Amino acid sequence: MKIGVFICWCGSNIKNTVDVEGVAQSMRGLPQVAYATDVQYLCSEVGQSEIGRAIDEYKLDRVVIGACSPRMHEATFQQLMVSKGLNPFYVEIANLREHCSWVHTDKEKATVKAIDLVRKAVAKTRHAIPLFSEQLDVSKRALVIGGGIAGIQAAIDIADAGYPVDLLERESSIGGKMAQFDKTFPTLDCSACILTPKMVEAAMHKNITLLTSSQVEGVSGYVGNFNVTIRRRATSVRAELCNGCGECITKCPKKVDNEFDQGQSKRKAIYTLFPQAVPNKPVIDRDNCIYFKTGKCGVCKRICTTGAIDYEMQDELVERAYGAIIVAIGFDLNKPHHLGEYYYGQHPDVITGLDLERMLNASGPTNGKVLRPSNGQKPKRIAFIQCVGSRDKHKGKPYCSKVCCLYTAKHSLLLSEKSPDVESYIFYIDVRAAGKNYEEFYERARLQGAKYLRGQVSKVEPLGDKENRLLVRGFDASLSEQIEIEADLVVLATSIEPKVDAKQLGSMLGISSDQYGFFTEAHAKLKPFETQTQGIYLVGVCQGPKDIPEAVTQASGAAAKAIIMFNKGQVKSVPTTAIVNRDLCSGCMQCKSACPYEAIGSEQVAERLAGQTRQRVVATVNRVLCQGCGACAGLCRSGAMDIGGFTHRQLLAEVDSL
Amino acid sequence: MTQDSFEPKIVAFCCNWCSYAGADLAGTGRLKYPENIRIIRVPCSSRVDAALVLRAFQNGADGVMIAGCHPGDCHYDTGNYHTRKRMVLLKSLLEFIGLSSDRLLVKWISGNEADRFQVTVERFTKELKQMGAYEKARDLRCAK
Repeated sequence: MKIGVFICWCGSNIKNTVDVEGVAQSMRGLPQVAYATDVQYLCSEVGQSEIGRAIDEYKLDRVVIGACSPRMHEATFQQLMVSKGLNPFYVEIANLREHCSWVHTDKEKATVKAIDLVRKAVAKTRHAIPLFSEQLDVSKRALVIGGGIAGIQAAIDIADAGYPVDLLERESSIGGKMAQFDKTFPTLDCSACILTPKMVEAAMHKNITLLTSSQVEGVSGYVGNFNVTIRRRATSVRAELCNGCGECITKCPKKVDNEFDQGQSKRKAIYTLFPQAVPNKPVIDRDNCIYFKTGKCGVCKRICTTGAIDYEMQDELVERAYGAIIVAIGFDLNKPHHLGEYYYGQHPDVITGLDLERMLNASGPTNGKVLRPSNGQKPKRIAFIQCVGSRDKHKGKPYCSKVCCLYTAKHSLLLSEKSPDVESYIFYIDVRAAGKNYEEFYERARLQGAKYLRGQVSKVEPLGDKENRLLVRGFDASLSEQIEIEADLVVLATSIEPKVDAKQLGSMLGISSDQYGFFTEAHAKLKPFETQTQGIYLVGVCQGPKDIPEAVTQASGAAAKAIIMFNKGQVKSVPTTAIVNRDLCSGCMQCKSACPYEAIGSEQVAERLAGQTRQRVVATVNRVLCQGCGACAGLCRSGAMDIGGFTHRQLLAEVDSL
Repeated sequence: MTQDSFEPKIVAFCCNWCSYAGADLAGTGRLKYPENIRIIRVPCSSRVDAALVLRAFQNGADGVMIAGCHPGDCHYDTGNYHTRKRMVLLKSLLEFIGLSSDRLLVKWISGNEADRFQVTVERFTKELKQMGAYEKARDLRCAK
């Protein structure tokens, strides 16, 4: 065995804190180490060819790299090994950057640690065994969870590439948040006018199946072969019989708050989500339907001419196989009841940005007229408050919700177009208008008369006059003085938040989320679509606040990832799987109960012992199902279970070397 | 050896998906912590068995840390539950045979909790400095 050790400077990143030459020097005397050197950038072409040259010249068969985290460049070095005809698992990486040079300042101590880390890697590689992956067939069907604009775009792209897609949506119609918007910034396109064609395209596409009123109940399997259990909620309306005439909706006697209009209007207990709903078939809200609550009524069933109403309909559980899953579940908007200073929920004229959006919408609760909820009068002066609950960790979220600056500019523009005499006062911390044509759009809003006041609002309270107006107290940082605005309407730009049940879906899918609950991508810079679980991709705001073009871009990117996998038709299995030593296995099968992937089975083996043939049970590993966690190896009493790449011998050698 | 000059040796087993990533993020964020820790990468905290922990103590480790994903967040669904069970048992066994269970730290650190990683290492190093060198579990045959 001949081991080559290569220590990377990473420019100055490692070299400044670690004596890289010293580290290489101290490796030279170690058993089996045939070559040790330091290189400026190992990941560069020059660095790679230096390793290649040394492999040829010194006939190296194991390589130890002291560089950045293996999570960064392990694949790069493994590919180099393959190109040199060596097994990729004959390379071992000591993490000298993230775990040493970047976290320490004392060069002497950091160098001692670096030597330990590289020696540990050398010890480990002495016991390395060659590992191979297997090719698995991929089930060429995608599931998109969430039918907002991001989910729709991803579904259309995959379907256009010729692969079947199921587009799952919890509500009774696809469309998501974008369907609630009036206009979009910075072009002031009507939101419905650009969204509805996409919705229809998805619904009519021969490769897309809409699964509305549905939710994910369980996920098992792995990349290329996920099994998803989907609950199709009973809508009480047989979609195949319903012709969408809407007579049932007209005649339904029960009225409830319309969530789509943010509770500013009423809908019936049998309803479609909004007039342009896709599919345009009504559903019964069983929690509010008189028939389901009292057993009386039944008007909709009596008047339906096609017999589509079915009160006996049951939830249906379907199980389907998918090769890839795209998560596009979107977001919730915070309701700032907990922030008492804004008086939200205590005065009807304190509303959120989305409430105003619905009012501005021609098919909204007020037919496009902005009116004070308290008295139905036109407001003369509106105060907009930015960053409500955002960008302040004491009030909720330290992050920026990203879209509020621009939608507030849009609101003030739309208002000034509708009624030029309305005054808009906008309290802001900074205006964040990074994006194509965004700064110009903000400028336009200013020129149209929006009054931007730099400063935060300390309190909103009733003015106590007969018109029931509000007093907004704030601080104008430009004037350095307290200001008070008497407003008819206060609009809060509330923070974007992950869906309340995002965490639940995340744990079903085995994907992680950040401290706020947004799903975490595999790499912040270079893998923005992927998750740590292969075959599961993220799009839209469920990964972090973003505007429509960003969500659409991410959707097409994630779709491309899924299409690439489907095109290849196969994925490689994890090479670092469990290995059974049959001689040691006692057949207790404890490993089977610990395995989360049902990858462990058992078989009978025959042995000759003392002149007799004896039957014995031993564990077996399905290398396709095994993901290499090592739970079995950790608990095996007889030490018969091992994990490729992390064997007992390798880990003990690492411990011993320290 | 006085408390100030004594530098404890810490062997840490970090799961690849959460804690190792958290340690990486601490590096990316240039957070600083003491040099005493040596991290061994494992696929999952459940890969760590008692033998590895004991071997580390035999070999001269003054403290051993096992770090994995938060319960419910395991990359492999249930691995950290095995770890939790196993390490509770190991801690009571350590006490039973007369060794200290305080020197075995089990911690859940996610991939974005760089600060939690930093604070954990700082605190554990400080505690071990106070406890002093750990000779009791040393195996002289392992002495280098």
